[in-house]
Amino acid sequence: MARPRAAEPSSLDARLISFTEELRGEGVAIGTSELLDAFAALAEVPWDVRADFKEALAATLAKSPEDRRVFELVFDRFFFRAAEAEAVVQGVQEGEGFDDAASIDVDALREAIAQAMQDGSEGAMRDLARLAIAAFGERGEGSGVIGVDVQRIRRSLGLRAEPQPDYPEGDPRREGVPREQLRRFEQQLRRELERGQIERTRQLPPARPLSELDRSLPGGPIQDLAAVHRVVAQLKRRLATQGKELRGRRRHAHVDVRRTMRASLQTGGVPVELRYRPLRPRRPELFVLCDVSTSVTSASVFFLSVLHALHDSFRKLRSFVFIERISEVTDVFERERDFRRASEAISRDAGVADISGYTDYGRVWTEFLTEVEDDLHPRATVIVLGDARTNGRPPRDDVFAAIAAKAGRTFWLNPEPRLYWNYGDSVIAAYERHCTAFECWTANQLEDFVKALAGPHGATPGR
Amino acid sequence: MPPVDPTSVEQVADGLRSVGYLPGESTALVSYLATKLGKPVLVEGPAGVGKTELAKALSRFLGRELVRLQCYEGLDEAKALYEWNYRKQLLRIQAEASGTGWDAVQEDIFGEEFLLARPLMTAIASPEPVVLLIDEIDKTDQEFEAMLLELLSDFQISIPELGRVEARTQPVVLLTSNNSRELTEALKRRCLYLWLDYPDVEHELQIVRLHTPELSETIARKLVGIVQEVRELDLKKPPSIAESIDWARALLLLGAEDLDARTFRETMSVIVKHRTDLDTVAARVGVRLSEGAPDGAASRG
Repeated sequence: MARPRAAEPSSLDARLISFTEELRGEGVAIGTSELLDAFAALAEVPWDVRADFKEALAATLAKSPEDRRVFELVFDRFFFRAAEAEAVVQGVQEGEGFDDAASIDVDALREAIAQAMQDGSEGAMRDLARLAIAAFGERGEGSGVIGVDVQRIRRSLGLRAEPQPDYPEGDPRREGVPREQLRRFEQQLRRELERGQIERTRQLPPARPLSELDRSLPGGPIQDLAAVHRVVAQLKRRLATQGKELRGRRRHAHVDVRRTMRASLQTGGVPVELRYRPLRPRRPELFVLCDVSTSVTSASVFFLSVLHALHDSFRKLRSFVFIERISEVTDVFERERDFRRASEAISRDAGVADISGYTDYGRVWTEFLTEVEDDLHPRATVIVLGDARTNGRPPRDDVFAAIAAKAGRTFWLNPEPRLYWNYGDSVIAAYERHCTAFECWTANQLEDFVKALAGPHGATPGR
Repeated sequence: MPPVDPTSVEQVADGLRSVGYLPGESTALVSYLATKLGKPVLVEGPAGVGKTELAKALSRFLGRELVRLQCYEGLDEAKALYEWNYRKQLLRIQAEASGTGWDAVQEDIFGEEFLLARPLMTAIASPEPVVLLIDEIDKTDQEFEAMLLELLSDFQISIPELGRVEARTQPVVLLTSNNSRELTEALKRRCLYLWLDYPDVEHELQIVRLHTPELSETIARKLVGIVQEVRELDLKKPPSIAESIDWARALLLLGAEDLDARTFRETMSVIVKHRTDLDTVAARVGVRLSEGAPDGAASRG
């Protein structure tokens, strides 16, 4: 390395290295060569311009949109903590709130904040966040838990992403605040609250690792149909290339005896040249069962659209939707190429909700088994999408086991984070004994699933 | 134009602006780093955000020649690097007196004279520094990517018959990708990374105004607003920046005085190019525009 003065712990080199360590800890792959590039890049830009400094690091360290997002989060967290740690060491205090906090006009503040969010000015938002904290701290509403306080302040400011028609004409809140701006404002609030806490306690709280929710790009695939289509387009391409890889690995699997004998006629019956059976790309028969009850609505739209977009990649795909009863919707999807219209048709005529509208897994398994028992065979794959929340009804995992035994492979996609599995009325553990369960609420997790689906038969993917 | 060697980020930003490209926040910085560090830049982003245009603008600004390699499936070394001019070699052999030995002929026909330089070779061997654009790298297969590695890290090409050809000058290399395939880590590691996204309203307005300064500001602003709105919809192909510029030009040609529902209906095929998309856009955006005067606000000739 060009600079041998890394001995003092607070030097920039050491700081940067610990910054990249932190990035690596969050799953961004950074090689030594990239670290060297980062140093080389920093030698070319002025350090006192925050944007340039950050962009120079980002260009050399974060090499995909996902990495870039993690980079932004870690950059903010790291340098915020570094600055605060330094402030604690040096004993610098910014002062708690404002002297005349009681005199802040809360209504004017609300409008100013909403306006700043529409204009998207970062500096104004930060100042207003401090004002808001001061105003609400004055009213004695602080709970001490930062996450709770952020939401309380947001609510009392009347900031929501959805349109709120009760506000008068011209109020920026009437149309709803842009979601991304709202997120940024919450971030500012959180940071200012943290700063206050650090100043009070004079020490840094432990670093919080990024959660999947932080990581997912704003407007994740589950909310955004356009994003789903992008994911699907990518998955299709991957499925197409994956077939090739398989063929490469298992090229010499089966000798075609008949064709080998035929070819051996040319050499007087000696099988000089072996003929192989061509390896066909895997096209399993799929049975898809999808919970469409209200608890999983957004996820089921997402999955049904994905599976239907993948229609061409599979030999045969039969789709079922269920709530209390089961109903086959394969022909609906074949008739309706437009997904939105298809999902409308399903909710209109499928007739899956009986009385209560709560999922009844036991009944669904029994009905499914009677309907398709004869069609199930070891080359068939059954995919269930649902949260495995039985609403207190018997899970009937014995029937599910019978289905899994008849089918070659059984997958379960659970749109809930693994953290919530088996809490409350979730009985996924009972089903997981008979199938491979995936947690599936980000595009990446969906890809893992598709890999397993397109992978070799019988091999259980490692978890 | 004399070659420019920029000394600051601002100079790059101003330079790009002066040749008709409005760089975003990070674009100028990464371009500057590319000229300083001699690292290739991987530019990713949706189609039509000006990735290729950036390379062209850079070459204009830096006063360097642009060497472009358009990638496609099945692109191989012969098309990208170099090829022996086999016809010329044949002629040479025929022209040689029949008495010449094989050794002499061989030495003769594998010389630079018989080499057909393809884009990568041209970029490397050029005596003047160039801007090398490797467009849509994601369209090629992984083998080709692997072949690029030697070129990108050391700026040299090995030719078995001739030995190594090393770069005489440091080219500025830009690789673009539409992200249709995940590029290999090895390639990414050698590059600086620049993600170009659709610009925000103000930035796009500036771009449109730069290209069609005659269009009135109100129409331009309305136009950009609509394009941004259309991009939010779930379309097969969202409109690119180039298409907003085309649309602005079309409106200018038609002499449109306002962008009302009628003008929109008649010209929206400039920005939306799929049958189903047209319906979606007409239903979601078109209806909200005010209906023009009965005889049409746009005077059509």
